[in-house]
Amino acid sequence: MVLRGKKVIALGERDGVPGPAVAECAVRAGADVVLTLTACYV
Amino acid sequence: MRRVTSNGMPVVRAVSLVLAHVPSLVRLGSKPLRVLREIDKPIEYLRPHLRDWDAARAYVPNQVFIGNVDVDALAAWPTPWHKNPSAEAPRFGPDGEIMPEDEFFGLLAACDPFDLLALDRDLAERARVALDAHPVVGRESGRPAVRAGIASAALDERVDKHGALRIVGVDGRLLGAMLPGHDEDDTLTGQVLLENLACKATAVLALRHLLARPGAIAAVDVRYVLSCGEEAVGDRYQRGGGNVAKAVAEWAGCARATGSDVKAFCCGPMHALMLAGALVRGGLQDDVIVVAGGSLAKLGMKFQGHVKHAMPIVEDVLAGFAVHVSRDDGVSPVLRLDAIGRHEVGSGSAPLAIVKALYTEPLGRVGLTLLDVDRFSLELHNPEATEPAGSGNVPLNNYRTLASLAVVEKLIARDRIDEFVRTRGMPGFSPTQGHIASAIPYLGHARRGLTDGRLTRTMFAGKGSLFLGRMTQLPDGLSLVLERNGTKGAT
Repeated sequence: MVLRGKKVIALGERDGVPGPAVAECAVRAGADVVLTLTACYV
Repeated sequence: MRRVTSNGMPVVRAVSLVLAHVPSLVRLGSKPLRVLREIDKPIEYLRPHLRDWDAARAYVPNQVFIGNVDVDALAAWPTPWHKNPSAEAPRFGPDGEIMPEDEFFGLLAACDPFDLLALDRDLAERARVALDAHPVVGRESGRPAVRAGIASAALDERVDKHGALRIVGVDGRLLGAMLPGHDEDDTLTGQVLLENLACKATAVLALRHLLARPGAIAAVDVRYVLSCGEEAVGDRYQRGGGNVAKAVAEWAGCARATGSDVKAFCCGPMHALMLAGALVRGGLQDDVIVVAGGSLAKLGMKFQGHVKHAMPIVEDVLAGFAVHVSRDDGVSPVLRLDAIGRHEVGSGSAPLAIVKALYTEPLGRVGLTLLDVDRFSLELHNPEATEPAGSGNVPLNNYRTLASLAVVEKLIARDRIDEFVRTRGMPGFSPTQGHIASAIPYLGHARRGLTDGRLTRTMFAGKGSLFLGRMTQLPDGLSLVLERNGTKGAT
């Protein structure tokens, strides 16, 4: 998947990969992260 | 004569864990309240999925919670657990009890110093008789009386004219009404106050169990209490102002105690236990009690999944716990304050960074590895509550992440991950009561295993979802090591 130049919403999970970690990967891939959220399902 | 280790590490001297079965209050959980808002009679919608006390008591995860069934026995228990009840289902266990709803309503009323909760006349009488005979919160315990109930017409009047919260039983009858504490304060509505009262009541039940143990500290000798429940007791000028700890200490007869609340989302109990240990080790207190009550808001949190799968709503219990942290008695498990794992501000959010901060770094600091820990207690949410709702098996996910860390650290081969999870982890058995499900439910088992059993070392790790409060994107995490007293090379 090519993320460079794309706008990304980074949705993570506390007991998986948290939102900021997803966002960091997206930024390094050249994406523009417009929203970062982490969900907690418990 | 008291034997004190040279460096003064504190010990966990006693643990209690309690459940209160409250099917009627499931409707008042945050999720059911929101989802069923448009339904005329939500209790009728929920009724086919609400269990009676016998079923809740025979539910094996609940028996594990109060210490009657071992975690390894649960791992071997046939599933689904809700269809394979325990033949023996005692109300009481070595760690606490599963209280039936009528009695718990009586306890709620006895915990309400402002007379805001009114019960139906018949219910109040049933609750009074049952609660007065209770072994640890009976009438002779010195607690406030269960007030007489009022007629249903008077309950209706409180609801219709004074804005009280309607409390409806599983059978559809009005059981009681909770008045607001102020006409214009969103933090003192009947709903909020009932949540706070439920937290207080489950915490006092746990504390009274703790104080009733043979050889337990006398209530008058308790000098400091830390509460780490989730409820933000306060008013419009100070939401979350507190102080649940002091309210619980007062009710339990700890007349010489003071206390305060510790908040860190579901990680609160780990912080509270660390602080309790620090107060003891620092010499300010000989004994500190850590308590937490349950979360009414989390009742029925995954109920849609249970309804969808035609199974009982297993999130029908409130939980509570109490822990006595004291100076070394030469017997009780040692709380190693030199091996505390911290998720720091700079630790980041990457899963590997989090587990390193919580496990390998603190263990490495004292010359240990993951393989020196017999059992890890992580998030212990019952998968039978979460999986039907699509939320996965939270404990298993966390144990697999931990086992993967052991592979990264070259402690085990990749093909030994399942074995690591099976032997050093455990199935989740806690109701989805947030802060309590976060590592705490194994404390009673661990204490037994580290004193009378075969365990040498256990590790507890809690996680908190700070980001849910919208003040930071950070999570939180803290881990603690509990070790058999007198372990060679320890402390």
